Amino acid sequence: MTNLQTIRHREQQTAWIFLLPALLLLLFVFGYPIARAFWLSLFTQNLGTQLQPVFSGLDNYLRMAGDGRFWQSFWTTIILTISTVSLEILLGLGIALVLNQQFFCRGVVRTIAILPWALPTALIALAWAWIFNDQFGVANDILLRLGLIKTGINWLGEPTLALIALIFADVWKTTPFVSILLLAGLQSISSDLYEAHAIDGATSWQSFYKITLPLLMPQILIAILFRFAQAFGVFDLVAVMTGGGPGGATEVVSLYIYSTVMRYLDFGYGSALVVVTFLLLIAGVAIASFLLNKSRLSKGNT
Amino acid sequence: MAKLELKNLNKTYTPKVIPVKDISLTVDDNQFLSLLGPSGCGKSTTLRMIAGLEEPTHGRILLGNEDITFKRPGDRNMAMVFQSYALYPHMTVYENLASGLKLKKTPHAEIQHRVKEVSQLLGLEDLLHRKPGQLSGGQRQRVAVGRALVRRAQVYLLDEPLSNLDALLRERVRADIKQIFATQKVPVVYVTHDQTEAMTLSTKVAVLNNGYVQQLDSPARIYNHPANLFVAGFVGSPQMNLLTLPCQTNYAVLGDSKIPLPDFPTVPPQIVLGIRPENVRIAQPEDQQTIRGQVYLVENLGMHNLVSVRVTGSDAAPLSVRALLPPDQSWSDEEITLALPPQNVHWFDVHSGDALHSTHSYPAS
Amino acid sequence: MTVIPSGNLQTTTPAKNYGTNILRWGAIAFVVIFCLAPVMWQVLTSFKVNQDIAAVPTIYFPGRITLNHYIELFNRRPFWRYIFNSAFVSIVSTAFSLALGAPAAYALARLRPWGGRVILAGILIVTLFPGILLFLGLLEIIQRLHLGNNYLSLIIPYTAINLPLTILVLRSFFEQLPKDLEDAARVDGYNTLQMLVQILLPMTIPALVTTGILTFIFAWNEFIFALTFITREEMKTIPVGAAQLGGASGFEIPYGPIAAATIVGTLPLVVLVLFFQRKIIQGLSAGAVKG
Repeated sequence: MTNLQTIRHREQQTAWIFLLPALLLLLFVFGYPIARAFWLSLFTQNLGTQLQPVFSGLDNYLRMAGDGRFWQSFWTTIILTISTVSLEILLGLGIALVLNQQFFCRGVVRTIAILPWALPTALIALAWAWIFNDQFGVANDILLRLGLIKTGINWLGEPTLALIALIFADVWKTTPFVSILLLAGLQSISSDLYEAHAIDGATSWQSFYKITLPLLMPQILIAILFRFAQAFGVFDLVAVMTGGGPGGATEVVSLYIYSTVMRYLDFGYGSALVVVTFLLLIAGVAIASFLLNKSRLSKGNT
Repeated sequence: MAKLELKNLNKTYTPKVIPVKDISLTVDDNQFLSLLGPSGCGKSTTLRMIAGLEEPTHGRILLGNEDITFKRPGDRNMAMVFQSYALYPHMTVYENLASGLKLKKTPHAEIQHRVKEVSQLLGLEDLLHRKPGQLSGGQRQRVAVGRALVRRAQVYLLDEPLSNLDALLRERVRADIKQIFATQKVPVVYVTHDQTEAMTLSTKVAVLNNGYVQQLDSPARIYNHPANLFVAGFVGSPQMNLLTLPCQTNYAVLGDSKIPLPDFPTVPPQIVLGIRPENVRIAQPEDQQTIRGQVYLVENLGMHNLVSVRVTGSDAAPLSVRALLPPDQSWSDEEITLALPPQNVHWFDVHSGDALHSTHSYPAS
Repeated sequence: MTVIPSGNLQTTTPAKNYGTNILRWGAIAFVVIFCLAPVMWQVLTSFKVNQDIAAVPTIYFPGRITLNHYIELFNRRPFWRYIFNSAFVSIVSTAFSLALGAPAAYALARLRPWGGRVILAGILIVTLFPGILLFLGLLEIIQRLHLGNNYLSLIIPYTAINLPLTILVLRSFFEQLPKDLEDAARVDGYNTLQMLVQILLPMTIPALVTTGILTFIFAWNEFIFALTFITREEMKTIPVGAAQLGGASGFEIPYGPIAAATIVGTLPLVVLVLFFQRKIIQGLSAGAVKG
């Protein structure tokens, strides 16, 4: 005779009651907009249709395929993402290694290291725009004083330079976050391993390659995953620092979507853009997770 | 005041993990039952099922005549003392003691009265305003016991409450526990892996192993009439001598000696002989059942010497017997003769481990 | 604590030790300067008079300073309102996040609900959605419900965006609490909700503080929703208000007041970070390592 799982059932009930409010809110704020975008992308709804939705099937997607501005923004986003994420990983790893050591006033240094991440991106963008100002900016001033350039560079007025300025600002802002993730990973590596390796005769560099890097790989991949997703959706920094200029040179995908919706009032097309961005994001995350799993399995990870 | 009954309890987590396979027992009022066994034998799981913290896969639990198998822990009117004490760290001792009563909406005056009573009993009056973090291990343990007593529960459950105390304290607290719970008239179930605790505190002991009850008896019977090999080897320190011996007609062959077998229905080819070291003594002229051997190890236990003897004639498969001898006794280095009094010899079946008796056999539970 | 063997072993010679020490302090100095420089520059700019701000070559150590920019912030623009708006929205959404997230975290940590794994995976995935994907759908709803220029239009999304982090961090915290305590509470007669509120939550206050700080920071810094859903001047939050500071004439960009706004807008966060640095790092690590 089997017994009814009454205690377990009560546990389940309570669990779901506890979960429901949070889950409902999450579903509403995260799920609904995405679903709505999928739906609306099948309609044309813009000034041309007096802002009424008209069913148009896959028209929006076809339009996207030929939309030069979209592909331009996509390309810009990719460049920005890859540059910033790679730099942040390298720099973040270096900083994490430094922060991992014991030294005098480590706490203060750690505090300072978190600051860039904690401050509002929009305000930081203002600060960086000021630094890269072509007439009065500090960047030009320093380069001039060092004799590296003859006249002030018009950072935000030149497409490539503006991109470089953005990369600089973004790396500054987000490297702390990456370094904290990596720091957590570093601290979980037992010092026994290093000691044993050293007794075997390894130098610091060898220990780094043979022990630190492999064991840190999961954290690095997680950091890459997070940063990739975040960088893909970058908005604040670009909107405030360059506004997408000069002439659309730094217009990233999110900015294009924003102006499509808010300025051109092209809701159907905007939704299609959202859908495509979403799918690309999911694809990127899936690939990264796959790689992450592979690296975990091949390590028989702790 | 009610009788606690466990009927065929089984707890299966996965097909491979079944900590409790089939356990049935009864604890009456005024009875102190110990669940004794090695780690992993199922004693803690059983206790948790009684408390309602785990749900049995099969079986029932009855209190009085009420089936409480699926009742919420808080509704069972049971109190529990945990191994780690589990005191609420942010509450004072007073609040810890009172918490259960507050939940049942006991009147304020009654709460005060009971807490005062219990804290006097346990010597906690001066500690009532402290928090657990400010108490010593022994004090915390008393608060844990007090929290249970204050509830005036129908059943008391204790899960290895003494394991975290140091040895000296453990003895004192053991005596205290015995006295305290002697005055409570309700069933007490006590889980421990320490046989001294089980033997000294309980009116009944259930020896558990591998999810089954090996023997359910008074401490004296468990000690003197172990029902199987496991119980015989687990209870008693130093451990009982257990020797696997070949048999011939109605003798067991122990080295050069022949030990007569009791009146068994059939004579098995092999048998296990058990005798406790404290029952083995140096042979006197009138002893009939004796063995000869050579001493190879002497351990001084203070009150006794634990002497290990290699039995002569067993060189092919060396057999050794340990004897607990008074410290003033001496023996020659060449040979020693030990007596194995027949009334202290236990016989066990080689395959099942069950105790063998000439006239009738005890069931294992 | 892991020590990277960069010359800390006994076998190194004093010369090598000296060299790696310099390297280490150089790296630390780099980190400090790197992180502080832009912020310090804004501080400096906010106190410079306009002529000095526009001076070429740049003046690093101004001979004269002024508080005008700060004064202008509060006189010509409703900066007090901005501060209030940011604070209000951040605090309320933090409170909501904790209130919704703590029970959910507990359920996932201890009550093992069916589909728990799926839920957890879902929560993790959702942390990756950038705001741009959501703003269209939410904008439509807000317009339909006439919630434009209403604090709720920010509070609700912020709460939702902060929920995943809240749940993940609190969950790992709950998992570390001793199980015995919950057992004792159950036997004493607490039901699950009572146990959560009266026994467990007091013990999780450190985690609640940590999570609260993180959610506060996220809410304070949020930009795209604040930009889109709030258009009335007095209701804007600091990032939006500061980014939209215009000058006296249409062509003049008020670098001074902008710098001042940056400092005022970031000061509360700097204070938070200063006091709670360790907790913040703990919280981020807990959330990150679990991922």
